[in-house]
Amino acid sequence: MSTIVLDKVSRWFGNVVAVNDVAMTIGPGVTGLLGPNGAGKTTLMAMMAGFLPPSSGTVTLDGEPVWRHTGAYKLIGLVPERELSFGYLTGRQFVRANADLHRLPDAAAATERILEVVDMVEPASRRLDTYSKGMRQRVKIAAALVHDPSVLLLDEPFNGVDPRQRMHLMDLLRQLGDEGRTVLFSSHILEEVERLARHIEVVVSGRHAASGDFGAIRKLMTDRPVRYTITSSDDRALAAVLMARPAVQAVSLDPRGGLEVRVNDLGTFAAELPVLTRSHDVTLFELSPSDESLESVFAYLVDR
Amino acid sequence: MNATIIKLALQALLGRRRFWLLLGLPLALIGLTVLIRTLSSDSEAAWPMVSFLGYPLVLPLVAILAASSVLGPEVDDGSIVYLLSKPVSRHAIAISKWLVAWSATLVVGSLGVLVAALVAGGGERALAWWVAALVAGTTYSALFLALSAFTRHAVVAGLIFVLIWEGLLGGFLSGVAWLSVGQWGIRVGHEVSSLLDDPTNLPWAALASVVVTVGGVWFAGDRLRSFSLTGDE
Repeated sequence: MSTIVLDKVSRWFGNVVAVNDVAMTIGPGVTGLLGPNGAGKTTLMAMMAGFLPPSSGTVTLDGEPVWRHTGAYKLIGLVPERELSFGYLTGRQFVRANADLHRLPDAAAATERILEVVDMVEPASRRLDTYSKGMRQRVKIAAALVHDPSVLLLDEPFNGVDPRQRMHLMDLLRQLGDEGRTVLFSSHILEEVERLARHIEVVVSGRHAASGDFGAIRKLMTDRPVRYTITSSDDRALAAVLMARPAVQAVSLDPRGGLEVRVNDLGTFAAELPVLTRSHDVTLFELSPSDESLESVFAYLVDR
Repeated sequence: MNATIIKLALQALLGRRRFWLLLGLPLALIGLTVLIRTLSSDSEAAWPMVSFLGYPLVLPLVAILAASSVLGPEVDDGSIVYLLSKPVSRHAIAISKWLVAWSATLVVGSLGVLVAALVAGGGERALAWWVAALVAGTTYSALFLALSAFTRHAVVAGLIFVLIWEGLLGGFLSGVAWLSVGQWGIRVGHEVSSLLDDPTNLPWAALASVVVTVGGVWFAGDRLRSFSLTGDE
């Protein structure tokens, strides 16, 4: 069982602040690090993996700083976002080299075992430069897992992996988390994180925006006011009906036709709208969210 | 030292096209020397191939190519994290990488100089050039390994050092010899044959070579200890 603790960690490059005063504790189980591209996820990961010193604050693994601490890699398995450039090695040679570097007592057996786990036994005798993106990703994961680490750090591990393999990898990571390992993966895709992680840390623009179990984060995200544009057979009548509902915060009529509705309880609104339109004999032509991008979700979380 | 790192470094060195350039340079040197020796009746005619081309140019170029092949690309594209995310001493990694670059420099570069010198006339003088090339090859490989760990422009920096500092400035400022890896090697070679120059004093040449070699490898290891991975974002 291992725990990574970030205490008031900031990291700046020149006068650009990549990570701003982040404090978080990553314990056993699967944790998702969620944030839009450029939020500082890779920088955070690099600091946790000992490949970047924090500009201020401390990053520790089981109480010991990871920066310039070579021994920490006995516990850490790292899957960087970086591409493999060892194109001249076969998949098996690459994983085996990782096993050898860890001085595993039976490196050959460990290599075969882990290739089996990531379902890469068959292509393992081919050179890495012939692999697809998904295969390289799986070999990278195999290489990170070969020494049976108690901490697994994965930077955008599902990028470029096809859906079937993604499921397979998610099952694998879930299982590793259930075994009591500390598994942290980063992603900019909410659905990905939600399907895998029980615990989620959200970072936006280098700041720690939210932290908690996936239900709480999901609630934060869905309970925020959302704007919808609606066009219907009778906008004015619909506006009057909607304004009477507690789930709706504001309604405005667009002079060019259509309604702008601000909703503060998405779930209730979604359930009520079809019933209301039907009972008031209004036909909906269009219903579209006007700000439902991940960025707006993040922006909302940060503004809170 | 680490056998796995050595194996990977060898594969990195032999598996890239750059290796053929590394091999081609001394072969071209030997070929040219053979050509001059057969075409010219002057028994001294081929020696400049050793003293002006082989030793001061081909040898350091081989060292630059070898050192940058074992470390440069991995540092450039960040894939060295796959080696560094292991509980292996950074200095062991640097020493292992240097051993590979050093062997390549001696086998390909210094041996190339020796063969060219044997073709040019042989004798004690050839032996002296070989000794010089062994000393300088050792120092160059460590120096350029340190450069590769320090900057992604290691090849350019190495070329500037060899061509501008040692070659151009060393040509008309005699003081440069005191800070010239090539001249240190020549000074050691001078002990074997007085036909080689005597640009500095021997203790300095020997000491400076050892200090740069040990310091270069140590520095490369220290740089690896502080290797930072910065995101693409």
